[in-house]
Amino acid sequence: MLPYFVAILIIAAIYVLLALGLNLQFGLTGLINFGHVGFFCIGAYTAALLGQAGVPWPLTFLVGAALAAIAAWPLGLVSLKLKDDYFAIVSLGFSEIVRIIVTSEQWLTKGVQGLTGIPKLMGFLGTGLSQALAVLGILVAVNVLAGLAKLRIVRSPFGRMLEAIRDNEEGVKALGKDPAGFKIQVLMLGAALAGIAGGFYAHYIGYIVPEQFIPLVTFYVWMAIIIGGVGSISGAVAGTLILMVFLEGSRFLRDIVPFVSEVDMASIRLGAIGLALVLFILYRPQGLMGDYSTR
Amino acid sequence: MNLELEGLTKVYGVLPVVNHVSLKVPAGDIVGVIGPNGAGKSTLFSLITGFIDASEGQVRLDGKVIGTLSTVDRARSGMVRTFQVPREFSHLTVRQNLMAAAPKQSGERLINLFLRPGRIRSEERAVSREVDAMLEFLKLSHIAQTPAERLSGGQKKLLELGRALMTGAQLILLDEPFAGVNPVLIEEIADRIRELNSGGIGFLIIEHDLGALTRLVTTLHVMDRGRLIASGEPAEVLANKVVREAYLGGTS
Repeated sequence: MLPYFVAILIIAAIYVLLALGLNLQFGLTGLINFGHVGFFCIGAYTAALLGQAGVPWPLTFLVGAALAAIAAWPLGLVSLKLKDDYFAIVSLGFSEIVRIIVTSEQWLTKGVQGLTGIPKLMGFLGTGLSQALAVLGILVAVNVLAGLAKLRIVRSPFGRMLEAIRDNEEGVKALGKDPAGFKIQVLMLGAALAGIAGGFYAHYIGYIVPEQFIPLVTFYVWMAIIIGGVGSISGAVAGTLILMVFLEGSRFLRDIVPFVSEVDMASIRLGAIGLALVLFILYRPQGLMGDYSTR
Repeated sequence: MNLELEGLTKVYGVLPVVNHVSLKVPAGDIVGVIGPNGAGKSTLFSLITGFIDASEGQVRLDGKVIGTLSTVDRARSGMVRTFQVPREFSHLTVRQNLMAAAPKQSGERLINLFLRPGRIRSEERAVSREVDAMLEFLKLSHIAQTPAERLSGGQKKLLELGRALMTGAQLILLDEPFAGVNPVLIEEIADRIRELNSGGIGFLIIEHDLGALTRLVTTLHVMDRGRLIASGEPAEVLANKVVREAYLGGTS
């Protein structure tokens, strides 16, 4: 049972990292990023390819994060000068384009067959519980660092300007400061976090295929931050854990509830999450941990 | 900083909202534009500062045509506007509002937060001292920690003036700085403007209300239905028959 819990916690921690990235983008800056999974995918494939080529793991993560951030830059440049809703659509399109590219560029990504044999993180510890615990430990440390980085941003002149932009964008322009510039920087940082999350995913699971990077991943992250509370770090953590417990826990429900097939159960799960989301938005729009503002 | 408008025009459909307006704000001068509601005064400000693109005509700053510069670049070059309805950063305190306006802060680049925290701290201290002086000057020190959304209309106007000053602007465009402000505070704001002007800062001021403005400006322009209908010294302009008709809403 323990290895199973650790495995779930590792996936949850990867999602928390994704949620922290989105939390910076949406919670702090108001960017409606519907393409988060695209950056996750770039990070995962970069880390996987470099890992297969024998590059050591801290480096594969960093390159993955850098490439994800670099991919975010032109995206922000073309779309953030427009209204927020345009960015939502453009970013969704972006993540689908990324997925289609990794599906079709077979010479590099092996297409739908995917990449296998990606070196396991902390592989020298074998494949047992100690390896999993070590991975979890590193993930928690990276999450803590990401959380600290967010706090530093909130309390900085940069964070002050983000809040000013949320309050009144025209007022910011009138002072000679470009709101789009600030948004692009946040977009790139959030993308880098998603890229690191992708690196962990690839090195933990050991194989990746394009099907793992569908928009549903983005929306899981959105669900997590909406349930937990969009502005707060604790919200990102709580929301993700609740989502994971529910997604995993409902697998066992099938053993208890009779006359429900596996396929039915998958649909019921999604329906229940949707219902929970609607109820949260209706009755607790600030999320479990509350508080949109972060100061 | 010398501002010149030449034939500045904005047409919506077939309706000219601003119609061939030409005027000058010599460096260090205070120039006023009055006119009834809907005369196109605020639109004129938006054209000058690049919030709206002009249909025709030119804006020159120190002799250079700035028509292709963005709003942000125009503000950076030293010409900053305020708004008729103040655009305070409502969730920030008065102090934070002013600090946010300081130009060229290293702490506004994400990467610097992690690479040069020491430099950011020392810059913040310097900006903070500057803000202390500004709060003193505007007599807002007692509400420094108040969120801007809780300020009165007049205090918000003062705060916007303060923010414009924090940017280091040499030419400030004030959009109805006295509207909805109580008489005591009006004199306060007017005094601050005189004091700043004696330090060399130029002003272009739009006002609906005449009283305080005419005592402040050296040149007064009157706008009606998008056009300048009179220009000159305040006393002279106010004696003008056409102006009186426009203001009394009479038919000409």
